[in-house]
Amino acid sequence: MIDLSHIDRRYHVGEQWVQALNDVSLHIGAGEYVSIMGPSGSGKSTLLNVLGLLDRPDAGVYKFSERDVTALNDTQQAALRSQKIGFVFQFFHLVARLTAGENVELPLMLAGVPPRERRVRVDAVMNAVGLTDRAHHRPDQLSGGQRQRVAIARAAVTEPALLLADEPTGNLDRAAGVGVMELLENLNAKGITLLIVTHDGELGARARRQIRMMDGRIDSDTGSKT
Amino acid sequence: MTWFDRFHYALASLRDSRLRGVLMLLAMGIGVGAVVVLTGLGEGARRYVTNEFASLGTNLVIVLPGRTEATGGVPFSLVGETTRDLTLDDARAIGRHPSVVRVAPLNVGSAALAWRERERDVPVMGSTPEMLAIRHWELAQGKFLPAGDLDQATPVVVLGANVKRELFGGLNPLGEWVRLGDRRFRVIGILASEGRSIGVDVEDVAIIPVSAAAQLFNTASLFRVLVEAADKDAIPRVVEHVLTTIKDRHHGEEDVTVVTQDAVLATFDRILRALTFAVGGIAAISLGVAGILIMNVMLIAVVQRRAEVGLLKALGASPSLIQNLFLLEAGMLSLLGACCGVIVGYLGNGVLRMLYPTFPVAAPWWSVVAAMSVACVTGILFGVLPARRAAQLSPTIALSRR
Repeated sequence: MIDLSHIDRRYHVGEQWVQALNDVSLHIGAGEYVSIMGPSGSGKSTLLNVLGLLDRPDAGVYKFSERDVTALNDTQQAALRSQKIGFVFQFFHLVARLTAGENVELPLMLAGVPPRERRVRVDAVMNAVGLTDRAHHRPDQLSGGQRQRVAIARAAVTEPALLLADEPTGNLDRAAGVGVMELLENLNAKGITLLIVTHDGELGARARRQIRMMDGRIDSDTGSKT
Repeated sequence: MTWFDRFHYALASLRDSRLRGVLMLLAMGIGVGAVVVLTGLGEGARRYVTNEFASLGTNLVIVLPGRTEATGGVPFSLVGETTRDLTLDDARAIGRHPSVVRVAPLNVGSAALAWRERERDVPVMGSTPEMLAIRHWELAQGKFLPAGDLDQATPVVVLGANVKRELFGGLNPLGEWVRLGDRRFRVIGILASEGRSIGVDVEDVAIIPVSAAAQLFNTASLFRVLVEAADKDAIPRVVEHVLTTIKDRHHGEEDVTVVTQDAVLATFDRILRALTFAVGGIAAISLGVAGILIMNVMLIAVVQRRAEVGLLKALGASPSLIQNLFLLEAGMLSLLGACCGVIVGYLGNGVLRMLYPTFPVAAPWWSVVAAMSVACVTGILFGVLPARRAAQLSPTIALSRR
């Protein structure tokens, strides 16, 4: 599903170049559950951004479903994100003026799905995350855990092949965090490829495959078990 | 994303930031309103002047004694120039042409008008019965000057409405004898009041037969000869005829000036239209300023909504879609602002019309259309840069902040 070969990504910070990704090669199969751990600055978020086509590597080849996606232009990448990739962020990133339901509807709207079909799919996914009764609430009327569940619903509503979660429990208390993790793992159980970036070892240990990063390199990889 | 959804989304984000929207509406509204009001004023001036000229008569050719001409090079010609008088016989000769419908010689002067113990100075016009038809005057009472030989100095007078009021009050003036200068005249008619026509206040004149005026002022020279041509096409022929006739009669000297009302009207029309354009153009500068304000406000909006833009990108919005959404927002604001401006402008024109009822303030349709389209175009044009910036935002940077 995902094939990274010799990916480099450098940032210009002040007068210094920071090597965020240094010759990273990685294969992830469809349906895997992978956690990426490491100290801050180890390049795990950059890796996630590259995988999610939010960031372009300076060198190397990224193949998504056998297709070289590094060569695609912005519009083509956007289309791919719209169809195949879902994101869950640490700070939820819900649009404050839209209700929970409308936030979930947003990716479908951007993809040009007709309203009637949107409503059906939004209802289904809101039901799946247990927030049917909160669909008309605005984000500021929801708890942190509820907000992240809305964000997961939004990521799942397009039925993507790959779900990328960047510190999904970083802003939640323990109980809410566990709920969110279970929700994500449920999605993985239904076949979605799940990648979670975290610095919480306990959460990371729940994944079947654990990758540890250090200074832009893959330090350790428990390897594919599928 | 369907167009309906785009509109819906842009509208929702406008509703979300009211202050921004109101600011931009204000800027656009003031700009468009200024254009509408100022062009309305210019157009009002144009209509006012052309109406005044049109009320002088239709298809009018005016003959003035003397030749006004820029003669360069021969300084003494300025001193040595003699002008032959324009006489009643000239007027008669001008009338002998198939395309000339009416001729009215005109003599003017000023004299004291007295009835019993009341007296006042009035402008006196000496003319013929044709004057009434040429100038489209109407009578309130009695008759106008009698038809007859031009040389016959019948001692009758037609008074303007104001003169009649001041001298006679509510009494019936018809048949009364008044003294004008050192002569006696019988009042035979009163002109209906019809306001001003350029130069002469019709309410304040006394009109007597042209020969009577010649005797009164002791001059055979006419002030003007008004000639009415059969129709618009006949005007050049009439002008030609007037010039050759005068040349014949004045020993080869073309010593009159012929002015056609059309030419004067066209000139004024052109000048005032240009003025309207200029004033409108100046007002349009404010539209440019409004455009810059829109750009600023939109740029701030892009920065404020950085996270939202990043999110949309992450959710699969292409750069062109993002650009589209921001442009749509700017366009809708401009259009709305332009509509407000048109309403404000029309209200302003309405107020002006109420304050100055005689001045026909009205924005021409082209200025309204132009102001609205310029507003929308500047709004969108100045929206392009912020929209581009939004479209090029890097989603990783946009999303990395809370």
